[in-house]
Amino acid sequence: MIVGNKKNMGATLRRLIAYILKEYKWQCLLVALCILVSTVANIGGTLFMRNLIDDYILPFVNQTQPDLYPLFKALLVMAAVYYVGVFCTWAYNYIMIYVSQGMLKKVRDDLFRHMEHLPIRYFDTKSHGDIMSIYTNDTDTLRQVISQSMPQMLSAVITIVGVFVSMLVLSRPLTLITVVMVVCMVFATRNISSKSGHYFVKQQTDVGSLNGYIEEMMEGQKVVKVFCHEKACIQDFKTLNGKLRDSTNNANRYASILMPVLGNLGYVSYAVIAMVGACLSIFGGQMTLGTLASFLQFSRSFNQPISQLSQQLNSIIMAIAGAERIFGLLDEEPEKDGGYVKLVNAHYDEKGNLTEVPDRTGMWAWKHYHKADNTTTYQPMQGDVVFDHVDFGYTEDKEILHDIEIFARPGQKVAFVGATGAGKTTITNLINRFYDVQDGKIRYDGININKIRKDDLRHSLGLVLQDTHLFTGTVMDNIRYGKLDAAEAEVIQAAKLANAHEFIMKLPDGYQTELKGSGNSLSQGQRQLLAIARVAVADPPVLILDEATSSIDTRTEKIVQEGMDRLMKGRTVFVIAHRLSTIKNSDVIMVLDHGRIVERGDHDSLLAKRGMYYQLYTGKLEQE
Amino acid sequence: MFKTLVKYIGEFKRDAVLTPVLVVMEVIMEVIIPIIMAVIIDYGLESRSLGKVVLIGLAMIVAAMLALWFGVESGRTASSASSGFAMNLRQEMYEKIQTFSFSNIDKFSTAGLVTRMTTDVMNVQQAFQMSIRICVRAPIMLVSAMVMTFMIHPRFAHIFLVVIVCLGAVLALISSKANPTLRKVFHQYDELNAKVQENVNGIRVVKSFVREDHEIGRFETESEKIRSLFVNAEKLIALNSPVMQFSMYSCILLISWMGAKMIIAGSLTEGQLMSMFTYVINILISLMMVSMTFVMLIMSRASGERISEVLMEEPDLFNVSHAVREVADGSIDFEQVGFAYPSNPGKEVISDLDLHIRPGETIGVLGGTGSAKSSFAALIPRLYDVTRGEVRVGGVPVKDYDMASLRDSVAVVLQKNVLFSGTIRENLRWGKEDATDDEIINVCRLAQADEFIRDFPEGYDTHIERGGTNVSGGQKQRLCIARALLKKPKILILDDSTSAVDTKTDALIRRAFREKIPDTTKIIIAQKISSIQDADRILVFDNGRMKSVGTHEELLESSPIYREIYESQTKEGGDDDSRE
Repeated sequence: MIVGNKKNMGATLRRLIAYILKEYKWQCLLVALCILVSTVANIGGTLFMRNLIDDYILPFVNQTQPDLYPLFKALLVMAAVYYVGVFCTWAYNYIMIYVSQGMLKKVRDDLFRHMEHLPIRYFDTKSHGDIMSIYTNDTDTLRQVISQSMPQMLSAVITIVGVFVSMLVLSRPLTLITVVMVVCMVFATRNISSKSGHYFVKQQTDVGSLNGYIEEMMEGQKVVKVFCHEKACIQDFKTLNGKLRDSTNNANRYASILMPVLGNLGYVSYAVIAMVGACLSIFGGQMTLGTLASFLQFSRSFNQPISQLSQQLNSIIMAIAGAERIFGLLDEEPEKDGGYVKLVNAHYDEKGNLTEVPDRTGMWAWKHYHKADNTTTYQPMQGDVVFDHVDFGYTEDKEILHDIEIFARPGQKVAFVGATGAGKTTITNLINRFYDVQDGKIRYDGININKIRKDDLRHSLGLVLQDTHLFTGTVMDNIRYGKLDAAEAEVIQAAKLANAHEFIMKLPDGYQTELKGSGNSLSQGQRQLLAIARVAVADPPVLILDEATSSIDTRTEKIVQEGMDRLMKGRTVFVIAHRLSTIKNSDVIMVLDHGRIVERGDHDSLLAKRGMYYQLYTGKLEQE
Repeated sequence: MFKTLVKYIGEFKRDAVLTPVLVVMEVIMEVIIPIIMAVIIDYGLESRSLGKVVLIGLAMIVAAMLALWFGVESGRTASSASSGFAMNLRQEMYEKIQTFSFSNIDKFSTAGLVTRMTTDVMNVQQAFQMSIRICVRAPIMLVSAMVMTFMIHPRFAHIFLVVIVCLGAVLALISSKANPTLRKVFHQYDELNAKVQENVNGIRVVKSFVREDHEIGRFETESEKIRSLFVNAEKLIALNSPVMQFSMYSCILLISWMGAKMIIAGSLTEGQLMSMFTYVINILISLMMVSMTFVMLIMSRASGERISEVLMEEPDLFNVSHAVREVADGSIDFEQVGFAYPSNPGKEVISDLDLHIRPGETIGVLGGTGSAKSSFAALIPRLYDVTRGEVRVGGVPVKDYDMASLRDSVAVVLQKNVLFSGTIRENLRWGKEDATDDEIINVCRLAQADEFIRDFPEGYDTHIERGGTNVSGGQKQRLCIARALLKKPKILILDDSTSAVDTKTDALIRRAFREKIPDTTKIIIAQKISSIQDADRILVFDNGRMKSVGTHEELLESSPIYREIYESQTKEGGDDDSRE
């Protein structure tokens, strides 16, 4: 957590308030009104108590037949004022629940919505724990501030203004003393809260590093057990834990001395006012005893909201830091999509022209709108992919791929082999535009992929990764991920194609088995089968298989391979595999080394070359 | 639950006790100060003597300074006690987790444990700090104010008593109603976090299927659930402060009416009535503070429960009282073993397993996905307890061993293996803390890792990133094997640990095993037949049962499953199996 400079903090706070007001303008207005009424009722109560004795009691003392009717009436009026105040307190608390919880939902939803549209680069460069903590820690800080701090601040400000005006009316010199004391208090607050703020930041960093340690160790906890390494881990943990304790201790210490300091400075100011006031009334004579007494009363009610404000200060500082991180994510540039070429369902009409149809035909076409002459052309989607002198690096200064040229004709199987870091996965990252090329062009059916709408481009590409990510939900839901409106029969068909049907039927609830925690209850091989079924149901013309079968045992692989062969039929396929058996029958094999294609050809010709492929094939080189 | 947690205050007990004492002193000062104030007005100002006013004023400043000092000190001790308490809780939890068995670990998710040790502890810490300061301050205020009112007029004290009892009942009702909903909220939080995590980790899948909107829809359903649950809980909690204000105002009105009649009747002075109002406010503000801490406590209660869940979790594997500390040799016996995971006790993953392995034997294990190969291996170092039958190592039942001694002699290279951030050398030393460089290099040679480590610019001091992301899969596996070898185990289990290693290196590793550590029993679980075909015996698993046992040649004759796998890997694959 980074607390920026003051100017930034102010800007963040303004932005946060604007964000809330945009959603809940009327509610906030109503809340402000309720707070006003409830605060005024409270001040009114204080004033009433002073008048009670003078106006309603003293006149009747020692009367035998006292007229208590005026007192009764006054009490009734006060009761009305008080209970309206109580009602308003309840009302604003009640409305604030909806505002604060609604805001938290909105913040979470906005964060998630925005995150879903961020480029892959964001996820590759940010630590996942860090992203998570925006949703948990940072959003939580907002809850307290919206539901408590903000209303309290408002009520405190109203009280301060009201009391200050009353004080000015009563005595200007004494008000000056109060102001001086308030300046002292503000000074003390700034001093103390900047110290506690410093330690709160430190606490947050320490929490972060402890968090990181726990996460790493918990993931490897089974390894820790197997190596009986528990003692050493406890020792490491102790160090980090102690550090966190120190910063927490300091942060809380400064935060919690703020209240007594301010409260007692208030008493000091009371004493000073009493002394100066006594001087004024004794020597100056321009002040009555009653005025002084009321003034002292007010100086007390002046201090209370100030210490209330100071108490909220820390949660506000924390919340601003949280809000800064939240806005940081919301300000991340989303994935840009300048594409306009769409993918549509198509068929050939009687005349043999390709035309667009609303229903799924199993045939797809690129709908290409030409701005220049205002015409639309259709072009069948075939799966022809060309890399034309492509250069790429994840950062500007480090080029990963150099001058890559690939021609994949529709229906061809293109394989990439090479050592770790040779750039195999990077190439597939470029085809579906997870990253954009730096130089050169990638053409899909002759169209520059930058011109194709990203969603449509990705719809046409099926991706199976080495680490299968399954989602919480049933097996059926997970396969249906490929095509949300797939009928049950389609899903089962796809599962059969991927040879996943058999094991699914053995699960306790078959297709309705709930998967939790990204499908941890399934073996890697089973998860991989589901991932393949998921792509099968999506039925894309181009497949990208990144180490898709590497974690399946060979016996299962044979089963998967059958399904995969069926799936690959008639599609353009890009395969990355370390099992050379998987790629042996590819049409073209590209051997990559340090971001360059060093050999290309089919299996037999490459073997005959006795080059790098031969070395890999004979097990002389290690892959991933 | 609070009792469970409170005992972890430990060495910070002094501060935890000192805080209330200091708070009491502070409160006493605060009770004195208003009396001085009254004195300023009644005696100082009315006597119009500047000397008196200054004297009393100075007394008040001194009192305020004392109160300030007590306040600051109590703040210091309170934060020291609470942060210390939090530190101890984290430490205890972490140490407890270290005693967990595999099935205990399976029960808690990684994310869940992290939240428990950070967010939940923070909540408890805050609630604790609030309670030792406010929960002391408020009752004392309450009592002193009550005593004062009683001294002024017992009838007022009765009013207060009735109001306080009613109020207490209402507050208790509110919190008891809100608590179950709040617990649901926290559970829902976990679900929401899981959803985010799923998306952050699987973003490539989401994007490649263009399922952003689908995911957003699902996320919004979850976040709406949190919202509505939280709203329901807070609706109740929001009653707290209006109820409080209602009581306060009612008291004031009642006292005004009764007080007025008493003053007129002459049984009460005006000054006494004024002080009554001060006490009403004092009493009710104290109650307000108590109710605020109450809310905090409710909120933290869910956290406290989650913490004590970890602390109370009983490790389900124990050392027996006279544990055997020496493993005689590397023989392994399975007698009529049946095993089911504790999470799914009805389903046996291993049934009726009988097996005897001699010291120094090399055993290959082969089987399809989910055929219980890994479960079989996990029983040997007693990562789980068998449900039926018995497993013996070195002739002694594994349950009779001291667990650390057993695991030092039985090294497992897990299928899901992990390297930790740190240098290569530090990672390897996990196997043996005081290993010399020679020992380390020696095991790395055995695991065929020495060569590539030397190729790194910093050699053995190369830094491994978290999760081992900066070495290739094959390199990682070889480092893990070296780490296990450093233990000089009597039994070595490789659970699919050479899958990413090229066949040639794989063969070299096995040759090194054969030549350099002949007395170590080696159990090799693999998918590639090439990795096990030269084993002394090969076990073929299918659906939790050992289908056949034999050498490569025997199994080719007798086991159709084995033959099928073999053919699939040699015929279609031609995967350099027989090419070593």
